[in-house]
Amino acid sequence: MEFFIQQVVAGLTSGAIYACVALGLVMIFVSTDHINFAQGEMAMFATYIAWALIDAGVPYWIAFGSTILIAFVGGLLIQRFILKPLENAPVLALVVCFIALLSIFNAMAGMIWSYTIKPFPSPFPALDLTGHGLVNVRQLGVVGVTLIMLGILTVFFRYTTLGLAMRAAAQNASSARLMGVRVSWMLALGWGLAAAIGATAGMLVAPLVFLDPNMMTGILVYGFAAALVGGIANPAGAVLGGFIVGVLENLVGSYVIGNELKLTFALAMVVGVLLFKPAGLFGRVIVKRV
Amino acid sequence: MKLSRRHAVIGAATGLLARPALAQNKYGPGVTDTEIKIGQTMPYSGNASAYGVAGRAQSAYFRMINDQGGVNGRKINFISLDDGYSPPKTVELTRQLVERDQVLLMFYSLGTQTNTAVHKYMNQKKVPQLFVATGASKWSNPKQFPWTMGWSPNYHTEGAIFAKRILQTDPTAKIAILRQNDDMGGDYLDGVKEGLAPIWKNVVADVTYEVTDPTVDSQILQIRNSGATIFIDIATPKFAAQAIKKIAEIGWKPTHYLVSVAASVGAVMRPAGFENAQGIITAQYAKDVTDPGWAKSPDYIEWKAFMDKWNPTANQLEGSNVTGYAVAVNLVKLLKQCGIDLTGENVMRQAADMKDYDIPLLLPGIKVNTSPTNFSPIRSVQLARFDTDHWSLFGDLLSQDAHA
Repeated sequence: MEFFIQQVVAGLTSGAIYACVALGLVMIFVSTDHINFAQGEMAMFATYIAWALIDAGVPYWIAFGSTILIAFVGGLLIQRFILKPLENAPVLALVVCFIALLSIFNAMAGMIWSYTIKPFPSPFPALDLTGHGLVNVRQLGVVGVTLIMLGILTVFFRYTTLGLAMRAAAQNASSARLMGVRVSWMLALGWGLAAAIGATAGMLVAPLVFLDPNMMTGILVYGFAAALVGGIANPAGAVLGGFIVGVLENLVGSYVIGNELKLTFALAMVVGVLLFKPAGLFGRVIVKRV
Repeated sequence: MKLSRRHAVIGAATGLLARPALAQNKYGPGVTDTEIKIGQTMPYSGNASAYGVAGRAQSAYFRMINDQGGVNGRKINFISLDDGYSPPKTVELTRQLVERDQVLLMFYSLGTQTNTAVHKYMNQKKVPQLFVATGASKWSNPKQFPWTMGWSPNYHTEGAIFAKRILQTDPTAKIAILRQNDDMGGDYLDGVKEGLAPIWKNVVADVTYEVTDPTVDSQILQIRNSGATIFIDIATPKFAAQAIKKIAEIGWKPTHYLVSVAASVGAVMRPAGFENAQGIITAQYAKDVTDPGWAKSPDYIEWKAFMDKWNPTANQLEGSNVTGYAVAVNLVKLLKQCGIDLTGENVMRQAADMKDYDIPLLLPGIKVNTSPTNFSPIRSVQLARFDTDHWSLFGDLLSQDAHA
C-alpha cells in the first residue's frame, strides 16, 4: 500500500510538470490556434537565463521575476519578427517554423551554456513531510504553483476583456477585427504569455530533473499527451490531463506493463482520447465555420 | 610560366618511374606530404551532447600538435562532424568523410548505436574505425571486424568487476539494478549477471528507464521498495545525477555502485550535490583530475597547461576532457609508429601492435597493449570511492583477463 501511495505521489509530481508544460501549449492554442512545438525549448532557454542571473548573484525571486518578464518580451518579439510575416502562410509553414525555433533554441543554449547538466535552485526546501520520503515540500510546491497559474489563467481568459479579446482573435480573426480587436497584437500577447508560463514551468521543472538543453524534450511529449487528453482548448482540462497522465503512467508502469512502455502508454492514451473524444476528456467541441 | 602538355606528361611519367625507386612514402587516402586527414562523428547536439566535450578537446589537441609541427611534418586535418547521436546521420556523415573527404581513418566517433550503424560499412570499405568511443564489447572482434577497434575498458568487464566485488564483500545482501534500456545497459547487465551468477537470486529488482523519461524518481522508489541494500546504477549522466539526488532525498542508504560513464565529477557528482554522493563506488582507468593527489604528477601538469592554453573555454571538471585528450595522444603516438607507410592497412597493422604504450592520465600501471588477436587496448580498471569532492582509488588494478 505504501508503495502504491508513493507511486501516486511521484506521479502527481511529474504530472504537475506535464501540466505546466501543457498549460503553455494550451495558452498558445487558445490565443493563436496553433500548437507550438518550440514551447519546451523556449521554456528551457528562459530557465537558462534565470540560471545565469542566479549564477551572477541575483537573489532567487528577483531572478524568477525578471526571467518571466524577459520571457514575456522574448515571446512577444518572436511573434512580431518571426511569425507575423507568416500570418497568412499555410499551417505547414508554421509547423516548420516552430520546429526551426525548437532546434535554434536547443543549439543556442548548448552553445552558450554547454550541455553539462546544471543544478537549479528551488525556492521550496526538499523537506520531508512524512518521515519516509513520501511527500516533500518541493513536490507540493510544484503542484501548488501549477494550480495558482491555472487559477490566474482561468480568471484571465474568462473574466477579463483582454482575455476575451484574445480568445476571439484566435477563434475568429475577421469577426474579432470587425469588433475592434487588434488581432495581430492579441496574437503577440498570446505568445508573450505562453513564453512567460513556459519560463515558470521551466524554473519549476529544473530543480527536479536538472537543467540541460534537452531538459524539455522528453517532457514536451508528455505535455502534449496531457494537453490532448485533457482538452487542448481548456486550461483546467490540460492540468487535470497532466495529473492523469503522470499518475496513470507510474501505476501502469509499476504494476502492469513495466517501465519500458511508459511513454508508449502515454501516446496510446492520446490516440485513444483522440479516437473517442477528439476534443479531450474535458474539452468542449469547437465548431468552426469553414 | 606556362607548362606545355608534353612537359606535364613527361613530368608525370618521371614521377611514375621515380616512385618505385624512392619506394618509401606509402600514402593511403587523405595523406599527403603535408597532411593527414582524420574524420570523426560526435554528438555536439542532441541527447548525448554532454560527450561532445571530448571532440572539442581533441580538436584543440590536434591544433596544438600542428602548431608544434605536426606528426612527422604532416599537419593533422581533423574533421569532426555533429551527428546529434542519431545513427542515420552518422551513416550519412561517415560516408561523406570516407568517400568525399577521403579520410585516412575515423577516430573516436562516439556512441554505441551510432558506431554500430557504420560498423559493417567501415569494414567493407577497409577504412580504420579506430578507438570508437563506446564501451560495448563488440568492438574487439578482430576476426570478423579487422578494421574496428575500441579503446576504453568495456562495459561488460566493468559490470563483472562490480559483481566480483559484491560477491567478495557482501554475498548475502539483496541487490537492485537500475539500467538504461539500451545496448549500454544490456552490456553492463550481462557483465553483472556473469559475475553474480552464483548469487543471482539475491537480485531483488532489475528496473529499467528510457532516455525519454523526464525523471527516474518512480524507478528509484520501486528499487527502494524491493528492500535491497546494494544498488548497481547503470545510468547516463543526467539520470545518474537524478538517482543520486533522489536516493538522498528519500533517506535510503544503499552501497551504491555507479558505472564509469556517469562518474564525472563535474557533470554528475557536483550537480547531484557532493553531500549526496559520498561513498559511491565506481571503476576508473583514467586519472580523475579533480583528485588533488594527482596535482603534482607530470602528465596532469602537462594536460592542465594544454587545457589552459588550447582549450580555455572548457570546463576542466568534465571527465571527457581527460579521456578525449588521452586517446588523442594515443592516436598521435600510433601515427608516429606508422612512419612513412600511412595507409589504412598499415595503420591497422600498427594499431594491433601497440606495445606497452604509456599514455598520459591513465592510472599508474595501466598500459595500452594490443595484438592481432587482442583489440581491447585498455583492459584494467581500479575501483574508487567518492570522498569529499573527488574519487579516491582503493584496492588493486583489476583486469579483464581475470574476470572475463
